[in-house]
Amino acid sequence: MTMENKTEEIIRVEGVSFSYDGVPALLDVNLSVHRGDFLAIIGPNGSGKTTLLKIMVGLLKPGQGRVWLFGQPLEAFKQWHKIGYIQQKATNFDPIFPISVAEVIAASLNSVSRPVKPGRGQVRNKIMEALQTVGLETEAGRPMNSLSGGQQQRVLIARALSTEPEILLLDEPTTGIDYPSQENFYDLLGKLNKQKQLTIVLVTHDYGIVNRHVNRVACLNQKLVYHGEHSEFCQSDRFRELLHGGHHLISHRH
Amino acid sequence: MNGELIFSGLFLRALLAGGGLALACGLLGVFLVLRRDAMISHGLSHVAFAGVALGLALNLMPLIFSIVVCLAGSLLILRLKEQARLPGDTAIALLSSGGLALAVFLMSIKKDFGAELMAYLFGDILAIAPSEVYLAVGLALVVTAGILLNLSRLVFMTFDREAALVSGFSLGRLDRLLVMMTAVTIVLGLRIVGLLLVTGLTVIPAASALQLARNFRQTLLLSSFFSLLSILGGIVLAYVFNLPASAAIIFLALLIFSLSHLLKRWR
Ligand SMILES: Nc1ncnc2c1ncn2[C@@H]1O[C@H](COP(=O)(O)OP(=O)(O)OP(=O)(O)O)[C@@H](O)[C@H]1O
Ligand SMILES: [Mg+2]
Repeated sequence: MTMENKTEEIIRVEGVSFSYDGVPALLDVNLSVHRGDFLAIIGPNGSGKTTLLKIMVGLLKPGQGRVWLFGQPLEAFKQWHKIGYIQQKATNFDPIFPISVAEVIAASLNSVSRPVKPGRGQVRNKIMEALQTVGLETEAGRPMNSLSGGQQQRVLIARALSTEPEILLLDEPTTGIDYPSQENFYDLLGKLNKQKQLTIVLVTHDYGIVNRHVNRVACLNQKLVYHGEHSEFCQSDRFRELLHGGHHLISHRH
Repeated sequence: MNGELIFSGLFLRALLAGGGLALACGLLGVFLVLRRDAMISHGLSHVAFAGVALGLALNLMPLIFSIVVCLAGSLLILRLKEQARLPGDTAIALLSSGGLALAVFLMSIKKDFGAELMAYLFGDILAIAPSEVYLAVGLALVVTAGILLNLSRLVFMTFDREAALVSGFSLGRLDRLLVMMTAVTIVLGLRIVGLLLVTGLTVIPAASALQLARNFRQTLLLSSFFSLLSILGGIVLAYVFNLPASAAIIFLALLIFSLSHLLKRWR
């Protein structure tokens, strides 16, 4: 499905370069994400995918270039409740941390700056709603560290969804999750994207699994090698040149 | 046991100050342990000790003076950690050795307050003055309120700092608040159990709570309860059996830890 008629621009990255102590990680990246997009960012290890995502959410300041969120310069942006972010290896939290599934979500819900603070009963409802979306409503009282890796990942998705964001940015969210669970997970993302118009930016190595949900692709290797419609991308094989040997990246429908 | 003794002002004052301190330590300790900042209290206790020495040398109120010095020290540790790119424990080592060196130096040039300073090495809660009780209770309440008012954000940033950074609240401000509350608590702890044992007071109840708790609420409740039990129980034991209070408090805390640990393994 192509989206010719452009909707609101949610993220705009303009001429962004970034280096870690003088070692370049990103060079002159231009990219925009529109409302309703499901953008996959792909590229080999060390190609700057995580760096780009961190710049998009303000965790890193670009050396050059600028970022806009919802039409505002990032430095002036305040509506952080509109943004859900799940970092790479998000489930690498402290295994002794004593916290229940519901508390993980409540801590975020009560912290995020938003115009109107939700009341206590509302928080409870939002927690259960978010857990239902990921199919974990029966586990609200369990300690987080007693869940499996895949379940933990889903709790973190629920946490990101609980604040009702308008865009979700995920950095390799299914590392270490079995194949059927991965498919379920991406089906869920696809559903949220189509039914709730949730905009999604997904960094992934498993392009084969996600490609039926994705409508745009950005292929990164320090520079943006390709940025455009998913359908066109499938005809070209630029990313195969780029990711030589990455056979698992090729769509199972081709 | 003599009923009049139990209700003597001395004893009640000790319980009151101890109770306030226990609450602050129990709540704060959970965050110190989970943030891997347990050694901050160790470092700050040495800074607080230097503050007491300075206060005594200058004939100022040692407790107040120590709080000021310790607050400055706590912010310095944060800065060193962030800006000098030092690992936290190294920044703490710089400050704690500096603090102790200063205290030793001051003792050598002004010999007359050595004995008074020694009281802060081992603490002496049963000798606490009425004015100190008000200070202790007041500050303990401030620390408790500081934690409870920011509870969600403190939990969020301790559990998942990167996600918290994308939530639009200032983590730097909360880092400073936490380290300053630690500084205040340490100075009060110095008066009660002394330099040598104050780290234990901030860490052991939280460590015991971690053995048993299944969620964060339970952790805070258990840690505060264990902290109260150790400090109040220790004071009573010390009073009744004429023991050093600081030792009794730490022994009780360790006993609770051992029992919690056994209970966890047995469950
Ligand atoms: N904190 C850091 N300090 C120094 N260099 C870094 C840091 N983080 C990343 N880099 C370097 O920047 C480059 C881009 O890293 P980045 O993490 O953005 O890659 P990535 O595309 O996400 O890789 P992966 O697929 O392995 O997650 C790499 O060469 C990496 O070594
Ligand atoms: Mg990465």
